[in-house]
Amino acid sequence: MGKKREIDDRFKRFGTVSFTSTTKVNDFISHLDEGKVAGTKCKDCGAVFFPPRADCYKCLTSDMEWFDVSGTGKLVSYSKLEYAPVGFEGDLPYCIALLDYGDYKVFGRLAGDLTPEGVEVGMEMKTVVNTLPNGQVNYVFEKA
Amino acid sequence: MGKVGIIGVGQSAFVRGYPGSIRELAFEGFKEAMLDAQISTREIDASIICSAPEYDKQRSPAGVFAEYLGLTPQPTFYLESLCSSSSTGLKVAYSLIKSGLHDVVAVVGFQKMSEISSAESQERMGRGADIQWESPFGTMMPAYYAMYANAHMAKYGTTPDDLARIRVKAATYGQINDKAVYRKPVTFDMFSDPESPMSGPVASPLRVGDCCANADGSSCVLVAGEEKAKALSKKPVWILGIGAASATVNLAGRDLFTGLTVGQEAGEQAYKMAGVTPKDIDVAEVHDCFTIAELMAYENLGFAKPGEGKDLIGNKETYKEGSIPVNVDGGLLSKGHPIGATGGSQLRTIVLQLRGEAGEMQVTDPEIGLVHNIGGVGLYGNVTILGR
Ligand SMILES: [Zn+2]
Repeated sequence: MGKKREIDDRFKRFGTVSFTSTTKVNDFISHLDEGKVAGTKCKDCGAVFFPPRADCYKCLTSDMEWFDVSGTGKLVSYSKLEYAPVGFEGDLPYCIALLDYGDYKVFGRLAGDLTPEGVEVGMEMKTVVNTLPNGQVNYVFEKA
Repeated sequence: MGKVGIIGVGQSAFVRGYPGSIRELAFEGFKEAMLDAQISTREIDASIICSAPEYDKQRSPAGVFAEYLGLTPQPTFYLESLCSSSSTGLKVAYSLIKSGLHDVVAVVGFQKMSEISSAESQERMGRGADIQWESPFGTMMPAYYAMYANAHMAKYGTTPDDLARIRVKAATYGQINDKAVYRKPVTFDMFSDPESPMSGPVASPLRVGDCCANADGSSCVLVAGEEKAKALSKKPVWILGIGAASATVNLAGRDLFTGLTVGQEAGEQAYKMAGVTPKDIDVAEVHDCFTIAELMAYENLGFAKPGEGKDLIGNKETYKEGSIPVNVDGGLLSKGHPIGATGGSQLRTIVLQLRGEAGEMQVTDPEIGLVHNIGGVGLYGNVTILGR
């Protein structure tokens, strides 16, 4: 009997409920643990990807490096949910949103203390790491 | 190469909690199409079974349906593109016929959404988005479309009232469509009446009244090559143009948030192939899974300029008597949206309109009709142009 192979399932810690456990960009979770939201950049052509990808479809290579999502992005849009899918009921109400950083966009949630009344399309926001009550990790958008 | 025509159309009533199995549900739409076409099952060379997966215990429903519909031993297969599955089915049927492989193909769409609970259904639909990067934030279909609505409102000054007017129109026709799941009237005032269920918030700015009705249902479109269509049918409706497109699943990969690029691109392809322009369309079915989706479709299909969709509905131009009647069968909003059956039902409505057989919903003498059917949150787009 061989030794049981250890499975790198760090990604199951992403968000309130993760639907993915293994991915080649599992380091994303370790970056979140270090307080950083990171995307990937192709070392061959320089294309930047968020969400991070393990592979560049332009070069058909997998030689990537991590970069930090930093500075501010413009709020593209948002919505406040009054109903939630199974497993997310305890989070209600919450707002999903999208930020435009120019070279890439980031899909996520507004910080828990923000409501639609407190934000407007086009405003500058920043992306920060957030630890959820159940120990899971994600990121949220705060006013810049 | 000859033309390809539709020689028979059918759909079940769209209902909540269909009291039968999925094969029996599929039989209802199929039976109506067969009686419409007046052909026998021996004439059908192949069947394409279309739905969004994961609602059923049955795996690979194509074989089961082929048996129940009497379509063995002819080839059959299953096909999906979420809410646009049966429009994609039509496109594949078109190419099977154009290639010369088959003469007559049945496109059967179905969905029994009540196989699972409403919350589970929302969760399944949500998983038609990016499950790795978006779903962990707790996304739902209404919330994605709500983001488009907020972006549209911010850029063009569209209001929740404009969206409510689209639902009022849908309900006007849902009341006179005996296949519709929602037969009740909806008034503009209901949206500001806290006592009315229509006003209940779902995902801001969308309210209950802005969202389509889940339903169980089936549809069937019988497609044939020109020679066969003329031999079998006195009233074939011809496929003049077909377009289809895809977009990134993650919203982060997109650049447009006031419209759906898949609708624009599929529309342009279909107009070009048919050699017509938006002005030539006499009647249209567009994918109004949410009111904002219909408003964006007006603009993406060229019925209105970007930002002017609100004027089109405001002036009632998309009513039956208007310049471009849209969803005069109640649309997904009132007729209902049984995912895999929806495209076939839209095609049925336009075929009946072009044949002058739409009854109370009939538009005056239409010659060219359009079907716009979207899968997911603008993930897949299909536009079909039909003519007499
Ligand atoms: Zn590259």
